[in-house]
Amino acid sequence: MDENLLEIRNLAVEYRTDDGVIYAVNNVSLSVKKGETIGLVGETGAGKTTIAKSILRILPNPQAKITSGEIFFNGEDVLVLSEKEMRKIRGNKIAMIFQDPMTALNPIETVGYQIAEAISQHNKISNSEAKKRASDMLEMVGIPMDRFSEYPHQFSGGMKQRVVIAVALACNPELLLADEPTTALDVTIQAQVLDMMRSLKARLGTSVVFITHDLGVVAEFCESVAVAYAGEIVEHGTVRDVFMKPAHPYTRGLFGSLPKLESTEPRLKPIKGLMPDPTNLPKGCRFYERCPDAEDGCAERRPDDAEVEPGHMVKCLRVGGGAI
Amino acid sequence: MTSLLEVRDLKKYFQTKAGALHAVDGVSFVLEAGKTLGVVGESGCGKTTLGRTVLHLLEPTDGQMFFEGEDITRAKGKELRRLREQMQIIFQDPFSSLDPRKSVSESIMEPLILRGGMPRSEMLSQTRELMDTVGLAARFESSYPHELDGGRRQRIGIARALALRPKFIVCDEPVSALDVSIQAQIINLMLDLQDAMHLAYMFVTHDLSVVKYISDDIMVMYLGQVVEKAPSNELFSDTLHPYSKALLSAIPNPDIEKKTERILLHGEITSPINPKPGCRFMARCRYASEECAMQQSLVECSPGHFVSCCKYDKI
Repeated sequence: MDENLLEIRNLAVEYRTDDGVIYAVNNVSLSVKKGETIGLVGETGAGKTTIAKSILRILPNPQAKITSGEIFFNGEDVLVLSEKEMRKIRGNKIAMIFQDPMTALNPIETVGYQIAEAISQHNKISNSEAKKRASDMLEMVGIPMDRFSEYPHQFSGGMKQRVVIAVALACNPELLLADEPTTALDVTIQAQVLDMMRSLKARLGTSVVFITHDLGVVAEFCESVAVAYAGEIVEHGTVRDVFMKPAHPYTRGLFGSLPKLESTEPRLKPIKGLMPDPTNLPKGCRFYERCPDAEDGCAERRPDDAEVEPGHMVKCLRVGGGAI
Repeated sequence: MTSLLEVRDLKKYFQTKAGALHAVDGVSFVLEAGKTLGVVGESGCGKTTLGRTVLHLLEPTDGQMFFEGEDITRAKGKELRRLREQMQIIFQDPFSSLDPRKSVSESIMEPLILRGGMPRSEMLSQTRELMDTVGLAARFESSYPHELDGGRRQRIGIARALALRPKFIVCDEPVSALDVSIQAQIINLMLDLQDAMHLAYMFVTHDLSVVKYISDDIMVMYLGQVVEKAPSNELFSDTLHPYSKALLSAIPNPDIEKKTERILLHGEITSPINPKPGCRFMARCRYASEECAMQQSLVECSPGHFVSCCKYDKI
């Protein structure tokens, strides 16, 4: 069970805009093992969603361009597949859950139809069979079968997100890309949805890339975590290693910014400044200007991945070496 | 001594085709100058409506409000304008709450212009001072909102709210739309301003870790009613209402050493249209029994700690 289901190597993505080229993803390498759940955390503009969209090749065309890198799924580079071959993977082998359940569903089709559509798209089965499997999916995500013929507007936010998850899991994908699936939900509903996703994952053995900005959700739902900053993965390791011994100053800053329930400290410790302009990234370390531990060399030299412990990678010059 | 703001049995119903929607149903609280009252609850619990009704942005259906001892429930016209200088609001979304065609300084100056009676040069210098107070560099003076990030936009929203030197500000999810690192900057700014200007905040949010951090007292709302109210630390250490317990246990905790037992609620919030008289949480409560169908009231179980549950001491 140790082989990689997904392996991203040196991925770089640019967006060409009127204001210049946005370097959204820069030299990202990431792998997901079979059955693993990896949290991809970072702030707005860190490149999380762009990474996920690159895997499915659904980046906006022609603005976005993958300028380098390979994405291996089951040993096959999806970036060189034809559009026809890609369509067999999308929604079938790799599925995606989008952040906003209010806009991810078609308002003029019943929820049952939308699930059945996903199933018949990838399987040669009769309509009645697809319909039966769609109702099973509904039951599985905790929605009574008799709501099969209702429309999205008749569902609450949490229920809609369950439908979206049912659509995503309809073809029993090997990899699920979940882009902030619970961010738009209330905490008690989020707890219900996460609980449901956890049991589905255990039952179906799906690998999950869980994109979020909520470190609390990562702690509860993921086995490993990758921290993205300005289009790079700055830290990567098991949740235990990264949360107990965060090595990158940005990761430490993120933890310091969180109001803690147990804490009695009078002030939060925010990270100073803002994320760098993605059209004009700093030459050396991307975090240099905001870093409390920066040294002279950090402005000039680009840090490489350094291993602080087996499997715990950090991109920081103070931890490991880097190229000029 | 009279308190800054006192609200008694405030009600706000909206008339819908299906009947009266009880958005805020009998909420009472007292807020002292310089203190923060946190209001938490999930979507649809009436927390935003409460904030807006207190500010007279919505007409209350019933109840009374006193500001510095004066009855303001039916304030109108001139009196209301004078009152609004004292009571301001910071909105959730810094992307839609600013006029896209006004520059930063025009947006911040707008309240001063509306109040009038101040020469333009004085308004300009006050605007610069406000920008400095909220940490906006002078070079952004003639920038437009679309050129700025969320954190800076929210600073404009805060500067606008502060422009008329209010005593009380309703903060409606002011940091929910911001990234964590920026969120911490804004929270620290708001705490500093509170100290410096002796502001009272009503901090409306669904984010429980933020609210614990910033509030002196916290009210937990469910379907228009207050189910529990307590000093901030006590609410977390000695949670009494079953809904508050479930809500607190649902917060994802980044501390992987401490695993709390999760109380999973079944079902979703019930309809606030023509609710039944008993406990509104009853349908989702695992301790519910017959007596819960009777009218519930807030009881003070220890000094300053109120709970609206007939079985709080039995569960």
